[in-house]
Amino acid sequence: MILYLARRLLALAGVLLAIAAVTFLIFYVLPSDPAAAACGKTCSAERLADVREYLGLDQPLWRQFADFLTGIFTGRTLGSGQYAVQCDFPCLGYSYENSLPVWDLLMDRLPVSASLAVGAAVLWLVLGLGAGVTAALRKDTLTDKALMVGAVAAASLPVYFTSVMLIYGVIRIAGLLPYPTYQAFSGDPLGWATNLLLPWTALALLYAAMYARQSRGSMIEAMAEPYIRTARAKGMPERVVVVKHGLRSGMTPILTIFGMDLGGLLAGAVITESIFGLPGIGRLFYGALVSSDQPVVLGVTLLAAFFIVVANLAVDLLYAVIDPRVRY
Amino acid sequence: MTTTAPAAARDGSAAPATGSSPWQLARRELRRRPAVRVSLCVVVLLVLMAVTAPWLGALGGWSPEEYDKSAVDPYLGGQPLGSFGGIGPEHWLGVEPVTGRDLFARVVTGAQVSLLIAFAATAIVVVTGTAAGIAAGYFGGRTDAVLSRLMDLTMSFPSLIFMIAMLSVAKDVNRIVLMTAVIGVFGWPGVARVVRGQTLSLRHREYVDAARVGGSSSWRILTRDVLPGVCGPVIAYTTLLIPGMISTEAALSYLGVGVRPPTPSWGQMIAESVAYYETDPMYFLIPSVFLFLSVLAFTLLGDALRDILDPRGGRT
Repeated sequence: MILYLARRLLALAGVLLAIAAVTFLIFYVLPSDPAAAACGKTCSAERLADVREYLGLDQPLWRQFADFLTGIFTGRTLGSGQYAVQCDFPCLGYSYENSLPVWDLLMDRLPVSASLAVGAAVLWLVLGLGAGVTAALRKDTLTDKALMVGAVAAASLPVYFTSVMLIYGVIRIAGLLPYPTYQAFSGDPLGWATNLLLPWTALALLYAAMYARQSRGSMIEAMAEPYIRTARAKGMPERVVVVKHGLRSGMTPILTIFGMDLGGLLAGAVITESIFGLPGIGRLFYGALVSSDQPVVLGVTLLAAFFIVVANLAVDLLYAVIDPRVRY
Repeated sequence: MTTTAPAAARDGSAAPATGSSPWQLARRELRRRPAVRVSLCVVVLLVLMAVTAPWLGALGGWSPEEYDKSAVDPYLGGQPLGSFGGIGPEHWLGVEPVTGRDLFARVVTGAQVSLLIAFAATAIVVVTGTAAGIAAGYFGGRTDAVLSRLMDLTMSFPSLIFMIAMLSVAKDVNRIVLMTAVIGVFGWPGVARVVRGQTLSLRHREYVDAARVGGSSSWRILTRDVLPGVCGPVIAYTTLLIPGMISTEAALSYLGVGVRPPTPSWGQMIAESVAYYETDPMYFLIPSVFLFLSVLAFTLLGDALRDILDPRGGRT
C-alpha cells in the first residue's frame, strides 16, 4: 500500500511537471508576446525591451522554465535592480491586470468554485443515482423509459441554455430566489445555499443525466449477480440488498467518472460562473482571457490540472474502501 | 438474442449462416424503437442542411452576413418588427435584433460550421485513437507502455481550460482548422482505450495466429485481421463522440474563443442572443433548439448503434 502510494505520488509529480511544461510552452512559445501584453498597447520598442528583460524573457527557454518551476516550489525574485519583487512560495507570478500575486487571486476565488462544485456534485449524485437505481429496479417499465429519455434530454441541453431558463423562470418570473451573489458558508449557511441553489441545479442537471445512465447500467449488471440472490435467500430486506450489495459493487465505474468530473469542475466551471456572475476561478480565468492576462491563465490551468490529477489519485485509493476485492 | 454481430462486423460483408447481419439488426432496432427512427431522420436532415448550406441558405433570399435595417425597429432599440422575432414570409426564422440579419441563413450556415468542426474533430480523434489503440494492444511491451502513459497524461489535462487557453493564445490562424485540431487533440485517449482493450482480446485469436503463421506481415495482420474486428465498437463510440464534439464546439464559440464573427456558429449565436432572452426570446430559442436537437439526435442514434454493434453493450 505504501509502496503503491509512493509510486502513484511520483507519477503524479511527473504528470504535473509535464502539464506545467506544456502549459508553459503554449504561453511562451506560441506566437504570443507576454511582454507586449504586459506592456500594454502604447509601448515603445525601448520600453518593450525593458519589460522583456524584467520578465526574464531574454533568457533561454529552459532557463525561464526552470525559474518558473523554482518559483512554484520555493518562491523567487522577479525582475532585477530597484524594481525587484520578492514572490513568495508558491509563486505563479503576478497578474498583468492588477499586479496581485496569481496565487492569492486563485486562493481568493477557490471557496466560491469549491462551493459551486461540491454542492452541484452532491445534488447530481443524489439525482443521478436516484434516477439510475430506480430505473434499473423497474427495468423496461414506463418509469424506466421516462427516466432515461429525460436523462438523455437533460444531458443534451447546453448548460448556458438551462442556466438562462432557470434565471428567467425561477428568478424573473416566479421571484422565488434572489439573483445569485456569493455568500461565505461560515457567515450564513442558509444564504449560502439559497444563493447557490440555481447554479447547482444547472450544473447538476447536466451531470446527473450521465450518472443516471451509468448507474442504471451497472445496477442492472450487479443485480443479476449470484450474490444478490444469495443475499435475498438469506432473507435480507430488499433495501439492504439494493444499497449494500447492489449499489456498492455498481459504484466503482461511477466513482471513476465522479473523480474526473469533480476535479475538472473545481477550476473549470467557466460558463456557469460567468452566467450566474459568481466570482469563482472559472470567471477569473475568463476575465484573464479577455484581457490577455497570461500569468493568471497559466495559473488557473495548472491549478485545474492539479485538481484533476489529485482527484484521480483519491478515486483510486477509494476503490480499496468501496470494493474489498481491490488490493494495492 | 444472438451475439453474431461482432463476427459479422469483423468480416465486414457476408452475414454468417446463422444469426443476423448488422444491417438486419439495425433495421430490427429501428422498427423496435421509434425514437431511434426519429433521431435518424433528424441526423440525416441536419447533415443535408449542413452539406447544402450555401444553396439552402440562398433559398430564403438572404446571405448570413447581410444587414436588413428595414426588419428592425430603430425606435425600440433595434427590436425586430413583427411578432415572434420577425418571423414571416420575408425572414423565415425571424431576424437578429439591431442588425436585422436573417436568422434562417445564419442557422443554416451555423449548422455547416458546427457540424464541419464536430465531424472533422471526430475524424481526427477516431483515426488517431484507433491507430494508437491497435498499436498499443497488438505490439504490447514498450510501445504499449509509452502509448498508455501518453493516454493517461492526455486525460489528466483539464481539456476545456486547455482548449480555451490554446485558442485564445493563437490569434491569426484559420479558426475552423485550429478548433478542429484543438478539440481533436484531447479526445483520442477514449477511443484508444476502447480499441486497445478490443485488440488485446483479438491478438491471439486463432485466425490472427493463423495469419501470422502463414507469413503475413504485421501491417497486413493489423489492417486485414485486427482492424475489422475493432470496427464495431469504434463505430458505436464514434457516434457517441459526435454530440460531445458539437457541444464542445458550441461551448468554445459561446465563450468567444471559437469561430470569429461574422461567420456564424450555433454557440456564438446563442452567446450573442443571451442578452435578448427576455425582449426577443425567439432569437435565443432558435439556435438553442437546433443545438439541443442535434446533440439529442446523435446521442440517441449512438445509443442504438452501441446496442447493435458493441458486443458487451446492453444486449442480454
